[in-house]
Amino acid sequence: MSPVLFELLLRSIWETVLMTGASGLISLVFGLPLGLALVATDRGGIAESLWVNRILGAVINGFRSVPFIILLVALIPVTRLIVGTSIGTWAAIVPLSIAATPYYARIAEVSLREVDHGLIEAARAMGGNRWTIIREVLVPEALPGIVAGFTVTLVTLVGASAMAGAIGAGGLGDLAIRYGYQRFETSVMVAVVIVLIVLVCGIQWIGDRLVARLDHRG
Amino acid sequence: MNQHVTAGLADPVRVEPTGREDVVRLVDLKRRFGATAALDGVSLTVKKGEILGIIGRSGAGKSTLIRCLNGLERPDSGEVFIEGREISRLGERELQPLRRRIGMVFQHFNLLSAKTVEDNVALPLKIEGRPRAERMGRAAELLQLVGLSEKAKAYPASLSGGQKQRVGIARALAARPALLLSDEATSALDPETTRSILALLKDINSRLGLTILLITHEMEVIRSIADRVAVIDAGRIVEEGAVWQVFADPKSEITRSLLGGIRPQLPPEIASRLVPGEGAETILRIDVAGEAARRPLLSELAASVPGAFRLVHGGIDHVQQEPVGTLFVAVPGADAAHLAAVIAFLKNRGARVEVLGHVAGPV
Repeated sequence: MSPVLFELLLRSIWETVLMTGASGLISLVFGLPLGLALVATDRGGIAESLWVNRILGAVINGFRSVPFIILLVALIPVTRLIVGTSIGTWAAIVPLSIAATPYYARIAEVSLREVDHGLIEAARAMGGNRWTIIREVLVPEALPGIVAGFTVTLVTLVGASAMAGAIGAGGLGDLAIRYGYQRFETSVMVAVVIVLIVLVCGIQWIGDRLVARLDHRG
Repeated sequence: MNQHVTAGLADPVRVEPTGREDVVRLVDLKRRFGATAALDGVSLTVKKGEILGIIGRSGAGKSTLIRCLNGLERPDSGEVFIEGREISRLGERELQPLRRRIGMVFQHFNLLSAKTVEDNVALPLKIEGRPRAERMGRAAELLQLVGLSEKAKAYPASLSGGQKQRVGIARALAARPALLLSDEATSALDPETTRSILALLKDINSRLGLTILLITHEMEVIRSIADRVAVIDAGRIVEEGAVWQVFADPKSEITRSLLGGIRPQLPPEIASRLVPGEGAETILRIDVAGEAARRPLLSELAASVPGAFRLVHGGIDHVQQEPVGTLFVAVPGADAAHLAAVIAFLKNRGARVEVLGHVAGPV
């Protein structure tokens, strides 16, 4: 591999890490509250409101049912509004975040729903309000699942970011298509695949270690 | 004349002027779930410092009742007074400070798995907004009380069932409640652990003077620690009184059946041979309690009514330091006058006597 290609590879790794990290973080910041809202407003939840629950669920399902490559193009006006351009790595973070947020919201919802109802009742019996229940019971008790779900989301984002090459975002996927596939640079293709494997395994390993440390359920 | 006007005015926050000794007073509580009435007109009081046990089969309405006391459940009608204040129509926000006056212990402990033992115990104080140093000091104090000081930094998953319930009790006491509710606290524990948890509750009651209301389906729990018992069936209180009196003289069928496991019963070999009418022996059931159980009843009977009798089965138990006993006695012969003399003598000495039937031959 030539030094030029090697430099290109390093830049692509950085772009992928940036896209995955930034959109992952955004999906965590918005997806976790959304997941909480889904659980809280559902029947028997701490802020039961079936109307809100149904509307939230429908919006989330709507975003989740659009294939990412279509979302990427459809969201171009929104991206331009937020980032100022519809091309490049930063521009790709917008559709990636919008796709990952409802995905992560559903994963967080599952973990939050599994928290034993008796624990919520115990917190209520102690005189806790909704905020106490969220902060002291729901989130801490669901934390292992919330972290494990975030790991899954990050790995999915690594894959999704490869498609962002379609709007000139760069990244490892883009590099593999343009050099490895279209210019028959097999070494680039192999290098990209190896880097992706290492990246995904690294994310999973860190996630698993974190979950093991957080889980005290015995 | 003004008195009439005053009496007719409804006070927005109803505060009971009388009965300051009652920590809990329930008036005609009703709650339905669909077609079934979980509570069908329950009235009860719990006095300061006493342990009231509510016993009933599953589905009798016990859980609904106990959950009405801290507003986790709302009655359809009726009133719930806690320390003189009516709470059944308060909003969630008004209930929150009130719930801090009421500790609750659960059947399945409900400890937070993500928090250490000391953080679990200190949680009610955190909810109250107390500073960390105070919370940890109080948690250490309570863990000492329940004998788990060395487990302060452990997580609940590493504890045994009995230890978990001790943490649950420590947590319920953290905010210095006026009332402790126990929702089947020992039902998930083995008999030995149950005894130690009950001893702990009794100890807390006598040491701190804490009022305890507990619900259970086990008479043994009532017998070990309750001062008074209320029997609930199909949403109604069918019987209520001092534990030893209810044990000595259960009025309702359901109470007798709940007592069945721990009071002497006629052995099935004999019960199956009982016939009405006549036989070689008459089987009597003699219930004695209090003063009647303290006297040498059987030797007095032998001395004053000539003729033999046999003790078939029975025993004398102590409930709240009062002797409560049931004896099954076989009186031979078909002499009606002799039998009548035996029964008259026993009744005269304060025993309750019931002719269960006759057996053909000696058993």
